[in-house]
Parts: sequence; C-alpha cells; structure tokens
Amino acid sequence: MDWHQLWEIASAPDNVPIVAMLFLIPFYLWYALKQGIENDKLIAILESDANLAKTKYRKTQEWDPKWEREVHTWPYLMRMEFLVAIIVTVLLMVWSLTLNAPLEEPANPNVTMNPAKAPWYFLGLQEMLVYFDPWIAGVVMPTLVIVGLMVIPYIDANPLGNGYYTYKQRRFSIWTFMFGFVGLWVLMIVIGTFIRGPGWMWFWPGRTWDAERVDYAVNRNLDQVFGIDGSWTSAIFHVTKDQGAIWARVVFGIFPLIAFFIVAAILVHWICMRTEFSRKIYQRMSLLQLVTMYTFLIFMFSLPAKILLRLVFTIHYVWVTPWFSI
Amino acid sequence: MPEENGGSKEKTGVLEKVQADAAALRETLKEKTKQQVDGLKEPEKTQLYRSMFRVKHDDEPRNRALSVLSNVFFHLHPAKVNRDATKYNFTWGMGGITFYLFIVLTFTGVLLMFYYHPTKVQAFRDILYLENDVPFGKLLRNMHRWAAHLMIIAVWLHMFRVFMTGSYKRPREFNWCVGVLLMVLTMLLSFTGYLLPDDQLGFWAVTVGTNMARATPFLGHEGPLGGLLGMTPYNDVRFALLGGSIVDANALLRAYIWHCIAIPLIVSIFLGVHFWRVRKDGGISGPAPVMLESEIKEERNPRPVVLRPSGMSQHDK
Repeated sequence: MDWHQLWEIASAPDNVPIVAMLFLIPFYLWYALKQGIENDKLIAILESDANLAKTKYRKTQEWDPKWEREVHTWPYLMRMEFLVAIIVTVLLMVWSLTLNAPLEEPANPNVTMNPAKAPWYFLGLQEMLVYFDPWIAGVVMPTLVIVGLMVIPYIDANPLGNGYYTYKQRRFSIWTFMFGFVGLWVLMIVIGTFIRGPGWMWFWPGRTWDAERVDYAVNRNLDQVFGIDGSWTSAIFHVTKDQGAIWARVVFGIFPLIAFFIVAAILVHWICMRTEFSRKIYQRMSLLQLVTMYTFLIFMFSLPAKILLRLVFTIHYVWVTPWFSI
Repeated sequence: MPEENGGSKEKTGVLEKVQADAAALRETLKEKTKQQVDGLKEPEKTQLYRSMFRVKHDDEPRNRALSVLSNVFFHLHPAKVNRDATKYNFTWGMGGITFYLFIVLTFTGVLLMFYYHPTKVQAFRDILYLENDVPFGKLLRNMHRWAAHLMIIAVWLHMFRVFMTGSYKRPREFNWCVGVLLMVLTMLLSFTGYLLPDDQLGFWAVTVGTNMARATPFLGHEGPLGGLLGMTPYNDVRFALLGGSIVDANALLRAYIWHCIAIPLIVSIFLGVHFWRVRKDGGISGPAPVMLESEIKEERNPRPVVLRPSGMSQHDK
C-alpha cells in the first residue's frame, strides 16, 4: 500500500474539488432524500384520509394560520443572500490563502505529460475514451448528454413532485438521474482522477504510479473472439481473404449491436413498467415522448455495457468497419 | 470736498455694506451651520440622497417592497417571496452561489487581465510575475482558479437540486434547457481558461481536449466520414478551434478571447434570460404544497399556464 501515492493524488491542488465532491454529493443527496422522505410521510397520511387532505396544510414546513404565506424579499430573503455571499467569500479567501493554484513548467510540446489529464470536470469524457473511439466519447456522447438533459422536462410525464422534494412519487426519474449523474458522470471523474495513472492504466488506490509499467492486457475485438476470419465470405463472393474478412466483420458486428438494442430496450421497458404508478405515467406519455425517452436511456446504457465488455471481458470493438468502429 | 465727501461716503458705503454683511453672516452663520449639520443627521432628506434613492428606507411594508422594486440590482427579486423559500433547505442557495461566483470571477478576471499578455513569449512570464511580484497577485490568481472550480461544483449541485425538487416541470421546462446550456458554457469557460497560464498542465489538457475534435464525424479529419468533406488537419474543426494544427500562439489568443470576452458575453445573455424566466414562470418552484396521486388530472395536451406573481403553486389552498 503506497500511502504517499494516495496522498499525492488526493492533495494535488486541482483534485481538491473532486475530493470535496466526494463529500458534497453524498451530503446533498442525503439532504434531498431526507426532505423527500418527510414529504412522503405527509403524502401517505393525506392519501389515506380524504378529509384531512382537504384541510391540512400540505407542507412539512412550520405553519401557523396567522402567518402570511409570503414574506418581504427585503429583509427575509436578501439577508440570507448577503450572508451566503459573505460565507462563500470567506471560504474562497481561506482556500486561496492556504492552497496555491498549480503551475507547471512552461508549455513544451516535446515533453509529454504522463498522464496527460484533461481538467477534472472533463475527466469523465477522457475516461470514456477507453471504451469508445474519440468521435463517440468526445463528440457524440457529450452531445447526447447535453440534449438528453434538455429533453428531460419534455419526456417526464409525471405531474407529481413539482416544487417539493419527494422520493416515492418520482422513484423512476430519481433513479435514472442518479444513475447518469452519480453512477456514470461523477464515478467516471473519480476513476479518471484517482485510478488512472501513467499511460492511462488502471492503478488501484494505493498502488504506485509506475510510468515504466507495461500492461499485457490483450484486448480483442468481438469478431476475433468468435474467430471471424472471412474464409466463408471470400469463398462465397470470390474475393481475397482480406477483403472477405472486412465484409465478414461488418456483417458480423451488426448482430451484437442489434442484440444490445433489443436487450437494452427490453430492460428499459421493464424498468419503466415495474410499478403500477409508473405504468400509469406510461399511459400518459405520447409516442414521441416514449421513443425519445427509450432512445436516450438505451444510449445511456451503452456506456456501462461497453465498460463491462472492456474491463471484464477485455473486448475492444464490437463492430469493426473500414470507416469507423464501435 | 463734496467729491471727496461723496467719494468717502461711497467708500464708507461699500465698507459699511461689507461690514454689515459680515456682521449679518456672523449672526446667521451659526444658525446656518447648525441647520446644515442638523440636516446631515437626516441624510435621507438631502437632495443628494433623494436623487439617488427614490424611496424611504424605513421599516414599513410599502417601503420594504419599494426598496426592492426600485433598485436596479435588487429588482430581479419579486417584492415578496414564498415564506418557506427563504430557508436554506429548499434551494441550498446553489443558483445564487453560482451567480455570486460568476461575479467574483469577473472581478478577479478583469484584475488578472491587467497583468496578462496572451502571447507565447509573455504569457507564462506574466504568471510568474503575477505570483512573485504583483501585490496580492498570487491571491488573485488563486481566487480566480478556486472560484472557477467552485462554480462548476455549484452549477452541478444547482442542477441536482432543481432535478430533485422537480422544478423543471411545467411551466419551467424551457428554463431548465437554458440552465443546461449555462452549465455547458460554465465548463467551457473553465476549460478555455485552463490554457492561459501556458504551462504544461494547460497545454496537455487542451491538447487532449481538442484532439477529440479531430474525430468529429464529418468535420474532423480523423473522424468517420471526415474525408467525405475533404477534411485535413489544416481545415477541420480542430483547426478552427486552435487557429492552427497545433496548440500554439493562435490557440492561446483564441482561448483568451473566448475566455475573457466571447463566452462571458454569451453567458451574461443567457443569465439574463434564465433569471427573467424564473420570474416569468412564477418565481421559484417551491417549496410547494404536496400533490397527491389521486389528484392527477387526465390531460394530454399542454395547457397555457396562468402566471402567478410568486412561487405559490396553483394547488395551494
């Protein structure tokens, strides 16, 4: 166990935000769920008693009928804002006085940094480069993430949970979001920061980052696993073995892809239909909403699927074509 | 003699006048000074004050509201807000913190610009100069860097909060989209700033980042079908980003312009829309009264949403 290595990574000035996030995200997740569960209890009481639902104050916050529903922005809101601004300033000042922004040697194209890492908030994308070619990891996936986030309001047909924390009323959307945000995005940043060392190789925490290390991992394409060598196609179409192999791979690769889409679609559908409530919401969705949601979810699942294939089964490409590979 | 008399009379006349004036002034001076000093005890009654602030700032409902509404900086707020929204636990203050950090970054960024030349010869030296010679230069740079990191975390947590409270739901769908774009712009702001010290860290981070652009489908020379549009390293999308085929002087200048001028301008416009829409979509979303499953209405088509002046939900009873 190389504690020094661990400390070196965790204390690198630019990694401080990620270390902070390791605490902040669980904290705020707990904070949100705590309020959600409080609201859920209130909802359960109101659902069971129709009369109470008409009369009871529908918030967990303190309430007195004599109070006004609205208070003056000045001072009640703005004093909080100024207070928070002061706290943030103090925090920033202390942070800036105690920790210096990193500055390396002058830029030198002839000396490659190893590992050469993107800024921490893009490490998820860089980690994705292990699993996908750059055009997917760097261009298609980020686009899907951005567009996928933007369509959320338009595909979420659940009218409940608008403006208050809840868990029970929005189980599906909360799990989906948590999977994408914490399970993929944040986790990949953490992997990219703490696990990936020189040569972007996998170093378990505590293992020394050895720049001389050589990995003998043999990554194979799926067609190689299945022994596709083009002997059939070259025989049938009377072409050379090399040309035959190319076409055999192109044809072969389509099948696992189709299989993935079918399995993922069934999985997504199964998740969407799990509870009676989500079936009810499903009924409210338009065809366009359904297709959009399923498409984005299937593409989201392609990442963990590829991570699994790569890290566990050491498979590089699933579909190899002369123009691009997936 | 009469002339002399007249002359002396005149002279004495002026003198007397002056003396009389002086005497009068001596008598009234005390009183006038007292008036002035007393006036300062109530500065809000001076012309200067009244020209700046149009309303009294005393503690009565009307003026509390007016002090918010009549101030250009404060009028982003409504005069009154949902009582429960003023507590920390609902919003976590993350949107406000993000905006505050944007202001801090603009402020420290402008100060940093005074010491920085976006040229290969000087950029790195400017950072050394800033760190070692400029008074508080190191603090300035540290604050700018850490505020940038903090802003990204705050943006993410803000999005997380908005998601967990379901605040993106009708009628706030569009504002969520604006928010997503703002988040992307925040990360781009930070990314373009990464190159500016012109050190190994920024150089290789930007090299790694922009190498991905090489692989853009159709638009990058290594991307699938890039050859179809005749892409080479000298005309593809990466070339456009860097102003060259390698990360060099042009890339530094482009990063600088994007970082200091173009993206902040775009962000400011989107911020304006974002805040405006928060108000126009009925203020912040909650904490709203809980809605029950039995109350879901059967409706498939979007209906127009009646604007309410504040964060109170339609279902509030």
